[in-house]
Amino acid sequence: MERFVYMDNAATTKVRPEVLEAMLPFYKEDFGNPSSIYRIAGKSKKAVDDAREIIADSIGAKPMEIYFTGGGSEGDNWAIKGIAESYASKGKHIITSKIEHHAVLHTCEYLEKKGYEVTYLDVDEYGIVSVEDLEAAIRPDTILISIMYANNEIGSIQPIKEIGAIAREHQIVFHTDAVQAYGQVPIHVEEDHIDILSVSSHKLNGPKGVGMMYIRKGIKIGSLIHGGQQERHRRAGTENVPGIVGFGKAVEIAMDTLDERMKQETELRDYGIGRILSEIPYCRLNGSRDKRLPNNINISYQFIEGESLLIMLDMAGICGSSGSACTSGSLDPSHVLLAIGLPHEIAHGSLRLTINHETTKEDMDYVVDHLKRIVERLRAMSPLYEDFVKEHK
Amino acid sequence: MAMAYSEKVMDHFQNPRNMGEIENASGVGTVGNAKCGDIMRIYLDIDDNQIIRDCKFKTFGCGAAVATSSMATELVIGKSVNEALKVTNKAVMEALDGLPPAKVHCSLLAEESIHAALWDYAEKNHITIEGLEPPKKDIHEDEVEEEY
Repeated sequence: MERFVYMDNAATTKVRPEVLEAMLPFYKEDFGNPSSIYRIAGKSKKAVDDAREIIADSIGAKPMEIYFTGGGSEGDNWAIKGIAESYASKGKHIITSKIEHHAVLHTCEYLEKKGYEVTYLDVDEYGIVSVEDLEAAIRPDTILISIMYANNEIGSIQPIKEIGAIAREHQIVFHTDAVQAYGQVPIHVEEDHIDILSVSSHKLNGPKGVGMMYIRKGIKIGSLIHGGQQERHRRAGTENVPGIVGFGKAVEIAMDTLDERMKQETELRDYGIGRILSEIPYCRLNGSRDKRLPNNINISYQFIEGESLLIMLDMAGICGSSGSACTSGSLDPSHVLLAIGLPHEIAHGSLRLTINHETTKEDMDYVVDHLKRIVERLRAMSPLYEDFVKEHK
Repeated sequence: MAMAYSEKVMDHFQNPRNMGEIENASGVGTVGNAKCGDIMRIYLDIDDNQIIRDCKFKTFGCGAAVATSSMATELVIGKSVNEALKVTNKAVMEALDGLPPAKVHCSLLAEESIHAALWDYAEKNHITIEGLEPPKKDIHEDEVEEEY
């Protein structure tokens, strides 16, 4: 019997019905511009303020430190280019890691062309940045440390609190891309010593095209968009009111259910990992066992290629994603999988499954059962497997 | 990247023709490399009149890699060695109703794998097939990555 099992929640998530409900009035009757004077505009303004407060609360920040953006990539770009520009007189050195999202890596590469120097820290085999390496990379002209909270592909959670403490001690601005971690694990900007944090709404059952950036009071950063007074002049333009309202609602629900979801998803994640590793030969878990997002399973299946695997899973109604080159449009497999030391051919055969609060044990069993069948079938087709079997006869 | 595969590509991917091995094949060719994510192996069974009686493949790679190798086997079975040499990547692509631009290299790999198997056959039998060149080491050597 065919099901539809969506296990690509790290790519995007389904908007919760309550979120959509909350958004609709702001498209229909309460469509006013928050900057206008009449009463319906007042409703829009209040709705934006309320969302800002909910979101500020969720990370231990003040509402005035929350800036709504168009999403995670926008936040990453703004944080890195903005700090590079406003701290240029102090120095032009940035520290980041090799496993960041492309929104961070390509922004850093862009800055390198503009005369900045960037240190890309290695990670260990589990995809974790070394705090010692980070400290050793600091120079007098270092102006920014940008390390993701948790990795989008392999779910590895970084030692953010330690990194934040080091950044604070050296008086260097610390930015974290928390797109994957926000709403999945607790984040506190004070305890974690975070100066700037970027997140996106659509990763936690909110609408697409909206996100936010936390900027600690006192951090010097230029405006992203010049224009009106919105977002304290730092990101001008009429607010995406329905989007912001939906984002606020999604955060409210995510925070109310955080502990319960973490427990439930961690259990289901470990059940899935356990079944796959014990029932499918020649595969390995990518990322850390315990310093791992509750929703992330990333496993490499030797001798097969990821895109073929994804298409066959899709035929069975299963949505996942892969670090294979064929799915990214380039010849190289995922930079994250290469950074944790996987050989190319094993990186090509990786599969990421990311669950959510709706995923059931039956869903997991359905996926693992199909995975077993598909991996076997693709191996029967693989010349690499043929060679392996002949060598080991 | 959402897939833009034709129905024929999907059909050949899901129901690959002539997948498998040939024992004591007349010629075997393997091209591509695991680093780039695709390897194709072609087995040929060629009779005394240089007619391809049977052809089988094994492929490690994406949907297009499987489909192009499957189609290539269909296109060469029953052909003479010289005719098989003329089966180009374009012919494979056309027979599959086209490929997305990023996947054109898979059809080149299919052509190369047939050539590599023919080369092996020629070497084993100490014959020369006119127009046949030794297989390339790396199918991707001429490609350039996009810049941002």
